[in-house]
Amino acid sequence: MGAVGESFAKLPIEAKPPLRRFHQARWDEPIIFELSSPGRRGIGVPEAGVPAVELPAAVRRQAPPALPEMSQLHVLRHYVRLSQETLGVDVNIAVGQGTCTMKYSPKVNDRFVSDTRIAELHPAQPEDSVQGVLEIYWRMERMLAEISGLHRVSLQPNSGSAAIYTNIAMIRAYHASRGEGEQRDQVITTMFSHPSNAACAKLAGYEVITLMPDADGHPDIEALRAAVGPRTAALMITNPEDTGIYNPRIAEFVELVHGVGGLACYDQANANGILGITRAAEAGFDLCHFNLHKTFSTPHMCGGPAAGASGVAEKLVPFLPGPTVEFDGERYFLDADRPQSIGKVRPYLGVTQNVVRAYAWIMALGAEGLRQVAETAVLNNNYLQHKILQIRGASAPWGRRRLEQVRYSWEELYEETGVHSEDIGVRAADFGVHYWTSHHPYLVPEPFTLEPTESYSKEDLDEYAAILAHVAEEARTDPEFVKGAPYNQTVHKIDPTCLDDPEQWAPTWRAYVRKHLS
Amino acid sequence: MRIGLIVNPVAGLGGAAGLKGSDGTEVQREALARGATARAGERAAAAVRALLAARPDATVVTVPGPMGEAAARAGGAEPELVAFAPGEPSSAGDTRAAVRALAAVDVLLFAGGDGTARDVLDAAPGGPVLGIPAGVKVYSGCFAVGPAAAGLAAVEFAGNTTEAEVVDLDEQAYREGRVSPRLYGTLTVPAARVRLSGRKTGSTTAAPATVEGIAREVVARMRPGVRYILGPGSTTRAVGRALGSEGTLLGVDVVADGVPIGTDVSERALLDLVDGHEVAAVVSVIGGQGFVLGRGNQQISPRVLARVDELTVLATREKLAALGGRPLLADTGDPATDARLGGYVRVVTGYRESVPYRIVPASEESVG
Repeated sequence: MGAVGESFAKLPIEAKPPLRRFHQARWDEPIIFELSSPGRRGIGVPEAGVPAVELPAAVRRQAPPALPEMSQLHVLRHYVRLSQETLGVDVNIAVGQGTCTMKYSPKVNDRFVSDTRIAELHPAQPEDSVQGVLEIYWRMERMLAEISGLHRVSLQPNSGSAAIYTNIAMIRAYHASRGEGEQRDQVITTMFSHPSNAACAKLAGYEVITLMPDADGHPDIEALRAAVGPRTAALMITNPEDTGIYNPRIAEFVELVHGVGGLACYDQANANGILGITRAAEAGFDLCHFNLHKTFSTPHMCGGPAAGASGVAEKLVPFLPGPTVEFDGERYFLDADRPQSIGKVRPYLGVTQNVVRAYAWIMALGAEGLRQVAETAVLNNNYLQHKILQIRGASAPWGRRRLEQVRYSWEELYEETGVHSEDIGVRAADFGVHYWTSHHPYLVPEPFTLEPTESYSKEDLDEYAAILAHVAEEARTDPEFVKGAPYNQTVHKIDPTCLDDPEQWAPTWRAYVRKHLS
Repeated sequence: MRIGLIVNPVAGLGGAAGLKGSDGTEVQREALARGATARAGERAAAAVRALLAARPDATVVTVPGPMGEAAARAGGAEPELVAFAPGEPSSAGDTRAAVRALAAVDVLLFAGGDGTARDVLDAAPGGPVLGIPAGVKVYSGCFAVGPAAAGLAAVEFAGNTTEAEVVDLDEQAYREGRVSPRLYGTLTVPAARVRLSGRKTGSTTAAPATVEGIAREVVARMRPGVRYILGPGSTTRAVGRALGSEGTLLGVDVVADGVPIGTDVSERALLDLVDGHEVAAVVSVIGGQGFVLGRGNQQISPRVLARVDELTVLATREKLAALGGRPLLADTGDPATDARLGGYVRVVTGYRESVPYRIVPASEESVG
């Protein structure tokens, strides 16, 4: 130790405790509309040096938009405060949102999208002026087609679920084109598939048949045999499922559905465990989708604008949303002349910023890098599983090998202490980490779902496991304390029953004013 | 706010003693002889602590002595006592009398198990009730997930209620290794669904809208000319309600072309009603073990089932999840009928939602 080091060693700095001390910011921040003050402005725009053009009356607003009126400082302060009241992916060890854990979004990719050539693009620019962006779309499509083994891919969907809806819309159009649209009114999915499959199928007017797991934790193939028939439009399935268990008979599932004239659609929202190892086409799937934010590192954007990709086999190409991006060997162009297309699923091309980020990510990794992503994600998961199963009271039902995630159970801990998985999650937030249980209904008792992806280091996984071990121990020594959590958070307990009451929902300020203030 | 409290002081006695229940003074005496201690008072006190923490101004109204006052005081309350003279030893009649004595409360909490819930049901309480789980068997849907949840749900009650099933097992049969759940009726409980017991129970704990969705699906698929046998249970009764009739909770009804043509019918009447027609049977899962036939619906006998062209089971997804992968069970008393029913049955779980689920003869499945 040098002289400086020795003098520091003598300073009375207390050693850090083994677990990180944390306290979330709490600002009592109002809704931005409540902060509005008439006449307050951000930046005054100087008068233009050219004469103002009168807009046609038909496109002119009758009244100014009801936006908050604020100064730049107040806007900035408002959003920085809100950002401090979240457990975002850039501040916490975000492995606790199994099935949808966010991986690291490389910041270098943000530089590409903040480049004026992307940031200042206008979506209605002429094709000749956006050849570079069209090339990115075209090349990105070719790469995702290669990754899935399918023929073509649409990058238009606004999100993963929008991609699933795009797929079900194409399935519907395909059967209608063969005169079987009325007859095929059932969609089969599984209990551990991503619930957006059931939701999108139902939204598209289908009856939904759900397969429960068998004794091994795989979807029950005998139930599938009982369910398929002339009314089957499609199987929409995730694999590995949300349990992290890979269905080794997936090709048989696809064959059974093909055998009755149905289509098979692969939910690859989360392809972290299989990237570069297996492909949708290899199991015979007709369609698939990806979440660019889930597998290809783009930001999730809090429910939009994320970006999804819908892939199809050759027989479904005519139904892809349009216009498609085409290349004639010299120039890129948009093809809107597609009579069987399901039409647009969003305005313009897609969420270009995220397509560019994902494109940059894939280009940086290359084919071998993508495979390494999957291998590292699985290795990380094996490591974390080993750590978690050392905690007394935690278990992994079915005891099978998992790929990229595990749906664990606190059943034993609950039986011993009366502390629920939700309580553990809320208490974990006191240590600055996010934690998720499971979709409903809970098939795994007292569930929690962890997925480390390839992003997180051994130290991160050790720290996360140590937090859960600590909370489990707290549950044994003082269960009421755990049930009383959180203590260090922005908000205290939330009553979730309002989520079932449409009278209380207010997704917008206007709805809030209408329902609660008028 | 006035919260009523009743404690069944002997609830749960038989559990630790391995007696699978506490019904009857003999069993209670045996449990005490084996060194068992009652835990209902302690759990009721935990509920009182939670409700007072959330709502310190709430008044706990109860009966003197071990059936309420002791637990209320242990939970930190200064209870308001109503006149009441329990028998010695404590019996089911005391629970019923206490329910009647506590008529004037906003919500009545009772600590016990399925047997206690039955006694509360028998007393026909005038307002909403909620169980504090303290018994050996808690299969009924009228219990909160735990004592604190019960206390909170009581003080947060704002007028919305739902119906929850009261289910009990035949304890003597249970001790002999046979699980024989039976539906006894429904109690009105606060509609705080996330806090109602949802795992071990086989009863209605999902949102009322789910049950309505199931009923709508059944009605939407009804075909003219077909005789529909509706088994017991609150889910099947919702089908009757969707058709505009009241339906029988504990019995079997028959519907044709949207109109009830038989109410609370016997096997003989059933056979007459279905004779010469296409027949569909609609049954629900009784209790937490997965029984769909042979428990509480013996009217739908092997002879009736021989006439049934289509069997549909109704269950919320929560109820199927609570089976933990175990199959549905048929125990009609006729092995050949049970065997014929084996395979996959369509379980309606919501409007335009179903699950193909395995059903097996009960004799092939060890339950307990």
